[in-house]
Amino acid sequence: MNGRAQPLVVGAGSAGIRAAQALVAAGLRPLVVDEAPSCGGQIYRQRLVPDERSETALYGSEAGKARALHRDFAALAGDLDYWPQALLWNLRDGVADIAVAGESRRVAYDGLILATGATDRILPLPGWTLPGVFTLGGAQVALKAQGCAIGSRVVFVGTGPLLYLVAWQYMKAGVAVAAVLDAAPFSAKFAMLRGLMLFPAVVARGMRFVAELRLRGVAIHSGVDNVRFEGGDAVSGVAWTQAGRTHRLACDGVGYGLALRSETQAADLAGCAFRFDERDRAWLPQRDAAGRSSVRHVYLAGDGAGIAGADAAERAGERAALALCEDRHLPYSPERAAVLDVERARIDRFRDVLEAAFPYPTHWAAGLADDTLLCRCEEIRTGEARDAIDRFDIVEINRLKAVSRVGMGRCQGRICAGAAAELLAVQTGRSLDSVGRLRAQAPLKPVPLVLTPAPRETEAAE
Amino acid sequence: MSARLDVDVAIIGGGLVGASAALALRGMGLSVALLDKGFCGAQASGVNYGGVRRQGRPREQLPLSQRAHAIWPRLASLIGIDGEFLRSGHLKLARGEADMAALEAYAATVSDQGLDLELIGHNDLRERFAWIEGDITGASLCAGDGHANPRLVAAGFASAARRAGTHVLENTPVTGATRNGAGFALEAGEGLTLRAGALINSAGAWAGPFAAAFGEPVPLSRIYPSMIVTEPLAPIMTVNTGMEGGGVYARQVERGNCVVGGERGLPLADIDLSRPTGDGALAIMNKAAELFPAMRHAQAIRFWTGTEAAMPDRNPVIGPSGTTPGLFHAFGFTGAGFQIAPGVGEVLAELVRDGATTTPIEAFSIGRFSKPPSTSDRTADGSGADRFSEPQNRGVFT
Amino acid sequence: MPLLHRIARKGHTTVAFTLDGEPREGRAGDTLLTAILSQAKAVRVSEFSGQPRAGFCQMGACQDCWVTLADGARLRACTTPLAAGMSIVTRAGSAA
Repeated sequence: MNGRAQPLVVGAGSAGIRAAQALVAAGLRPLVVDEAPSCGGQIYRQRLVPDERSETALYGSEAGKARALHRDFAALAGDLDYWPQALLWNLRDGVADIAVAGESRRVAYDGLILATGATDRILPLPGWTLPGVFTLGGAQVALKAQGCAIGSRVVFVGTGPLLYLVAWQYMKAGVAVAAVLDAAPFSAKFAMLRGLMLFPAVVARGMRFVAELRLRGVAIHSGVDNVRFEGGDAVSGVAWTQAGRTHRLACDGVGYGLALRSETQAADLAGCAFRFDERDRAWLPQRDAAGRSSVRHVYLAGDGAGIAGADAAERAGERAALALCEDRHLPYSPERAAVLDVERARIDRFRDVLEAAFPYPTHWAAGLADDTLLCRCEEIRTGEARDAIDRFDIVEINRLKAVSRVGMGRCQGRICAGAAAELLAVQTGRSLDSVGRLRAQAPLKPVPLVLTPAPRETEAAE
Repeated sequence: MSARLDVDVAIIGGGLVGASAALALRGMGLSVALLDKGFCGAQASGVNYGGVRRQGRPREQLPLSQRAHAIWPRLASLIGIDGEFLRSGHLKLARGEADMAALEAYAATVSDQGLDLELIGHNDLRERFAWIEGDITGASLCAGDGHANPRLVAAGFASAARRAGTHVLENTPVTGATRNGAGFALEAGEGLTLRAGALINSAGAWAGPFAAAFGEPVPLSRIYPSMIVTEPLAPIMTVNTGMEGGGVYARQVERGNCVVGGERGLPLADIDLSRPTGDGALAIMNKAAELFPAMRHAQAIRFWTGTEAAMPDRNPVIGPSGTTPGLFHAFGFTGAGFQIAPGVGEVLAELVRDGATTTPIEAFSIGRFSKPPSTSDRTADGSGADRFSEPQNRGVFT
Repeated sequence: MPLLHRIARKGHTTVAFTLDGEPREGRAGDTLLTAILSQAKAVRVSEFSGQPRAGFCQMGACQDCWVTLADGARLRACTTPLAAGMSIVTRAGSAA
């Protein structure tokens, strides 16, 4: 193995940490790059400095998992290389370009585990760019990592497990929660009963969130439609319809999200083949049960390769590392791999339950108003995108981007591409998969124009 | 699925050349099928730098370039959109006396062509273009040149051609083309058979096999010009800017983004696809920050490359086939196709209808490649175009 | 009224910075986004519409919270720790 380069792990969240740990256990010395200043990813994100809150206050029932991840990663310090605040901005043919500390480092890797995670899935709504409207994930980051509430009277809107979790966390932190507006009809939640067989504690916790919110007088409205955020220089209220009637509520903060979407751009640049996933309504990089992508020595783990949650991500990270070891003919435990596969299959079945309980309101995409901003970076309105589709006879998402600039801005379509694809499918009467997926381009995120090249050969000390 | 289509003219390749030819032919009342293996305007026509520039072209291209020059300001009436065409002017910078002498020589050579070039000295340049930094000796300004949005223009011509009655057949690769009786028989897509009286080969980087199929092999190679784009910035650049001898070229769109090019990308495993290299992108970014200090704090938000056809002598192939009556070629623009393409479309339509055109195009005859090529025409990469050269400008003049 | 309301770290060491020329105080452990939005309602205005923006995802994905410093430097507020002496200009429409 002498002379072989280091494996590269992208992301230091649940999946990346467990992947790195398993690689180290196999005697490899991975390089872990992560955009955050400290490990943990989004769900187990750490504060920049400690504060008066306990980890239990911060992470709730998941505090034990958070502690274990942070502790285990810290224990690996001497056995791996770790670049925090490092942006992977380009990948090609076994070479990664990474922006860190104002310079661009070039890393030749041998084995790549992508654990790039997820962000909130969003459909545009009127007023969604108003100051004070944040994603559910953003609302949670503000509270947990920064010790701040996004308002003094907050409305939470959307779908997905995060909707009730974040509302509950805000309530527990003493913030006035004005209402929870659930896109799904109340009856959808009965699907959770099917999850009792799989993960009774998780179901019970979810039911406790709802019960405690109600107990504290938080209004929960199900089956909301036509949601709009209102305000002048900041959000001042939310309007919606329910059973045909319009409702309005004053607030000074909104947390909004429609479950999660995978960060797949790095897998795209790595050359991974993609497949359309009906459940996630998204194109995802193909992988086998162990996490092998279509590209030799490129592995996919965690929510970045399909939404499954933090518990699944830990297992997927470890599993992908075992696959890497197996492919390198290093000793690994097939028994451990089998256990991980069984556990992940169980979580995957629960994901079906969650999908039924928190369905994606696809009809919101069909009903997008012409004057609603579709692309918040480039400020392209839905009507402009519709006009472009008609004028240029567009049937494919990359062509829509080319002629309308939707998805062409700073976020490179992370926020709007899903909605744009839904819009294009509806308008052209095509299926969502047939309009294609936005091709990823370097730089994966904005990079400074002045970025000093710092060529670096990383030789593994194996 | 099998279908038949009989048309007066079949066009292989729905780039700016093919689409503008289709529109012009429809204007003459001929029936037209425009075929593209992918989407119209998605290759070189749609992903080039976007320079709309006559300055720097070899003298033999200028009559055609001037013809196109008259079309650009009329886009709105021609295709329904202005393509974000801005007559900003094009400024070509000289680093050093030798480059300045080259700009002066060029201006003298083309003085009868109506470009109205203005040579600008060092001090004047500093005063009028203070946003340019670095050791610049002087420049040549072509006030009538400019830039446009390539993503819109090619797609706009294709849409206009469709609205004018062209059979636009996308995702329809042509798998066979033969001369057949009085015209041509084409096999395309899944079971589509076309009969056409005339055939235009405007297939860009994919044109070589079609030319070869009619006994006219050409030394066509591929280049992958590479560009970066910044986030939107306050107005900085007042003109489309290039560099004598190459190095870097840049323009700022009305929305504020600066587009900067000057390197070459590389093809992917599927050589129809390409991507900028990390090194190339960094090199462009650092050059841009040096030359345009107002950009030095900006973030780069997108990189891209496109696949373009290049000929060893840097001139395109335009004109009738030497072997096959009714066949016309227009490809190999070597990164310099965007500005002249609408003019080429008109010329092709005239050739199809009249067998002749009023615009001199002899220099672009495919016949020039039936002679053994001179080795001095070639550079190491076989294209004759070095990686720094500004698209649409190979800097060759005599 | 600022957008963000502190729940924790209220007693942490203060970090001095300026916002559109006005002296302000953040807290040790603040991101730039927190420091600005606990004093103001926006971090920038849109280049295109002039409308205020205050970030959205707070995790470095949406790129909505890029801010400009007085020296022209550009920073993504939600992923940048606040440093003493930072001079932030929220009213600049663009980078330059």
